[in-house]
Amino acid sequence: MAEDSGHLLIVEDNKVNRLLLTRNVELLGHRVSVAENGKVALEMLTSDTYDLLLLDIEMPEMDGFEVLEALKADAALRDLPVIVTSSVEGLDNIVRCIELGAEDYLPKPINKVLLKARVSSGLEKKRLRDEQKELLRRFATSEVAQDLEESGFAIGGQLVYASVLFCDIRGFSELSEGRNPETVIELLNSYYTLAFEAISSHGGIVTLMIGDGLMAVFGAPRPLENPAQSAVFAAQDMLAMMAEFNQDQAAGAEPVIKLGVGIATGEMIAGYAGTDKRATYTCVGKTVNLAARLEEHTKLTGFDVLIDKETSTRLPDDTPVQSLLQARFKGFSDPVDIFALGT
Amino acid sequence: MTDTLIDAEVFAELQETTGEEFAAELLTTFLDEAPRMIAELKTAADQQDQDGIRRAAHSLKSNANVFGATALAQIAKDIELNGLAPGPLTENAVLEAFDVEFARTSSALEALLDG
Repeated sequence: MAEDSGHLLIVEDNKVNRLLLTRNVELLGHRVSVAENGKVALEMLTSDTYDLLLLDIEMPEMDGFEVLEALKADAALRDLPVIVTSSVEGLDNIVRCIELGAEDYLPKPINKVLLKARVSSGLEKKRLRDEQKELLRRFATSEVAQDLEESGFAIGGQLVYASVLFCDIRGFSELSEGRNPETVIELLNSYYTLAFEAISSHGGIVTLMIGDGLMAVFGAPRPLENPAQSAVFAAQDMLAMMAEFNQDQAAGAEPVIKLGVGIATGEMIAGYAGTDKRATYTCVGKTVNLAARLEEHTKLTGFDVLIDKETSTRLPDDTPVQSLLQARFKGFSDPVDIFALGT
Repeated sequence: MTDTLIDAEVFAELQETTGEEFAAELLTTFLDEAPRMIAELKTAADQQDQDGIRRAAHSLKSNANVFGATALAQIAKDIELNGLAPGPLTENAVLEAFDVEFARTSSALEALLDG
């Protein structure tokens, strides 16, 4: 089977149409299951997974409109692309299908070229949606992922109070030079696995990954009681896990990873940015810039974790925090208070 | 009747795209299924079940189109859109025309199978 082939469910009560459509779709290289009416289709959809639904409208028991309504109401099935295949007369019926969430409409008798194009684009949509869900699942806690999925991928922002954490590997370019690519990628994967674990276990979500750097947000989209403390806990966990990892690495004469972390807390704009096809949850604003500058500043100061004043005031009294000299950062008119987190 | 009984190109294309053997099987299926669909249409007409009339006519129309049975499809489409007037089935002019057209069409289609 071709790599881009899919598993399609054809819902059609008429035997001739069912056989013909099945034949045509199979000739395109896809796997086909069939249902004789909407009721049977919904039962099949709950017990097996499909990539695309080809749905007739005129059917006994449960018609196509009712199937579309049921799919729309079901969070697990809402994203399944549906192509309505029908010779139902009247533009208003087609409009009704689209309004109920159908991706596309194919009039009968079905043109083979159109069928091929629509099925490919339907499968591509499914693939993109699965990818987006997978990314969301990987980047966020399941709680947050579910929240985002339910609220929909609305593009738009809101002002939130949150903490931002920037982290990267010290001297990673030098570290990666002269090593084989597999070793470098494996090292990066270990780093990301540990960092993600530390971040998500304290309620944060990773919003950005570039090379050996990542950005995480605490307190958005779900508010946290004390985002600053959560971010600092995550940083401490990351360092602790990395230390353990480095012990093993050193024992095997493998490279060790040294991290630099910057954390800032305050108001920022959070939301989805991008286009409908590719959007990412992100935060922007001065607080975000500050966290990035603090992370860069770790290179100069030699401390692993630098935090801003707002973050430091939110921490419990017994947190080992040391005040450093103020610094001037690009984009900030006044010198900035800097604190280092002790270990 | 101004419409063509069978559009030969449609059936030829069906054979070409799905394979001759499959096209023949599909046609046999239609000839087997059609009497049941027509019976459904008549039952619905007898009970003045407009939804049932529309559904049965719709199925017949879409199947007739698959094989290029243009004239039959046209009458079925008229019934789908306009329904059937109440009254005894035997006196219904539209149904009578449909029966005549189906008899002619199925003979022509059977000839295609043999040819």
